[in-house]
Amino acid sequence: MTSTTPLRPRRTASRQALNITALAVALLWIFPIYWMVNVSLQPNAQMRLEGPTWVPLDFTPDAYLGVLSDSSFWTAMRMSMQVSLLAVAVALFSATLAAVALSRFRFRSRTAIIITVLVVQMIPAEALFISQFRMLSGWGLVNTTLGLSLLYVGTVMPFIVWMLKGFVDGVPVDLEEAAMIDGCTKVGAFFRVTFPLLGPGLVATGVFGFLVSWNEFTLALVMLSSGGRVTLPVWLQGFQEGMSGTDWAGIMAGSALIAIPVLILFSIVQRRMASGMVSGAVKG
Amino acid sequence: MATLTPTTSPPGTVPRDSSPGRGDVSRRARRRQAFLPFLLLALPTGLVMLALGYPMARQLVMSFQEFGIAQQFGQPAEWVGFANYQAILTDTYFWVVTVRTLAFTAVAAGLTMVVGVGLAVLMQRVATGVRVALQLALLFAWATPVIAAVAIWKLMADHRHGVVNAVLSGAGLTGFDGFHWLQAGTTPFLIVAATVVIWASTPLVTLATYAALSQVDESAVEAAQIDGASTPRILWHIVLPIIRPVLILMAILQVIWDLRVFAQIYSLQQTAGNTTDTNLLGTYIYQTGIAGGDYGMASALAMVMLLLLLALTWRYVRILGRQGDLR
Repeated sequence: MTSTTPLRPRRTASRQALNITALAVALLWIFPIYWMVNVSLQPNAQMRLEGPTWVPLDFTPDAYLGVLSDSSFWTAMRMSMQVSLLAVAVALFSATLAAVALSRFRFRSRTAIIITVLVVQMIPAEALFISQFRMLSGWGLVNTTLGLSLLYVGTVMPFIVWMLKGFVDGVPVDLEEAAMIDGCTKVGAFFRVTFPLLGPGLVATGVFGFLVSWNEFTLALVMLSSGGRVTLPVWLQGFQEGMSGTDWAGIMAGSALIAIPVLILFSIVQRRMASGMVSGAVKG
Repeated sequence: MATLTPTTSPPGTVPRDSSPGRGDVSRRARRRQAFLPFLLLALPTGLVMLALGYPMARQLVMSFQEFGIAQQFGQPAEWVGFANYQAILTDTYFWVVTVRTLAFTAVAAGLTMVVGVGLAVLMQRVATGVRVALQLALLFAWATPVIAAVAIWKLMADHRHGVVNAVLSGAGLTGFDGFHWLQAGTTPFLIVAATVVIWASTPLVTLATYAALSQVDESAVEAAQIDGASTPRILWHIVLPIIRPVLILMAILQVIWDLRVFAQIYSLQQTAGNTTDTNLLGTYIYQTGIAGGDYGMASALAMVMLLLLLALTWRYVRILGRQGDLR
């Protein structure tokens, strides 16, 4: 993102007002996250006082220790890790193949396939989970890592193909041609020249797929319905519904423990993700 | 800029990197090359067909069947034609839920777009430090897992310990002292839900629009300014045409995400206790199918939701296809 300001306001007073407005919006938007951290560090008794406590002066890590010593949290963490990593590995590998096919070859049904990718990515899970559940239950894959991962692969694949195609488009085909003149096959040229240059794109896309799977709630709720192992979002929902429904500090600590790794990963790759999303096909 | 018309070049040949033709060897190579893209596409296509295509076909079939508890225990499903659809369309509750969902989508998606684009324009005109602060705040909201976001907003809107009520009644609106947002009826419940949705989905609109705005040619804007064009006119005639594809894409995504909204509503419902007054299509499908066991009816409901989505977005998807650079 460049910092061009085509509509530069002339008066500094109005510019100052805009700065203050933007800062106020920034504070408003970050406030819920601040509040999560704030409440997670307070003893629960603090919540019952008259009026909110704005700053956690009675700092206590009890809520975090409570969640971290809860074995169901760690079971859910393992489940989330397994499902997300499996889904990302499979989706990334096969999406790379698709992105190369769509970016480097011209063939008859290419445009139709690109449009299909676009349309499929718009089908919401909420419109399909009924029969996805029937399908997995027919194959005995309900409540399994494999079953949920398969659905996540389907969910993230179109978007990953879309983003990766943008990244492959970005590597000049001339580089591959030069390698082919030097005696490489088309496949060899791709793996020796283009693939290493795709590194950052693959990382960004992989992180994106990981985050989508990590945060996903609906399919996890439906497919892991009958007890047993759940993913972190379903665990957090259960935590809120259960006996600890008034343990606000605990709920906020759990939320923070799920959210903070995501926030860190996300800040690292966000720039590439935003540009990948926009430039994948839609160029102004 | 390419259009949706199919490429005219014969299969297997690449206009930009046509391999040198030298007799039999190259013909065989070219035939192999014509086959290669389909080989590459086999695995991804197969996986998507398995995860999405097959369930979709099955759902279509199931929506024409009586498929309830008895069928789960092995009874063959009975064909009932359009009976499921007929039952849905003549059910008043379906229409209540549908109208409620459409209203929710219009408000949530509309506000997300207005606020999102407004913030992008604002972001262009502020000091660098302020812009970075705003970007960071938006990024954090965007990345927060949905169930964590709902938990936070639930706490903030809690009737006894919530900071929202404390601030509102502190500002003189004493009616909000102890106000139970989630149990006070459909509208307060959906206001909380819409707030969570807008808070989480505005950042993408802002960041994407901001990225698109930075592609606007500065000299064209300056020339218009020198010619005396007003800021609204510049925005409308010079800036808007350039960022239009991004705006359309964002609007389509918002409509899709808000129409099918499930996680936020479900999680809030679990706290509120009431579902009849607060159901949107997503939770209604869930209750009919997963909780109620009537898969035939739920499949038909899901198909209706898909058709609704298609009807709302189809025109814009086509515009996007025509404008978009499908290289």
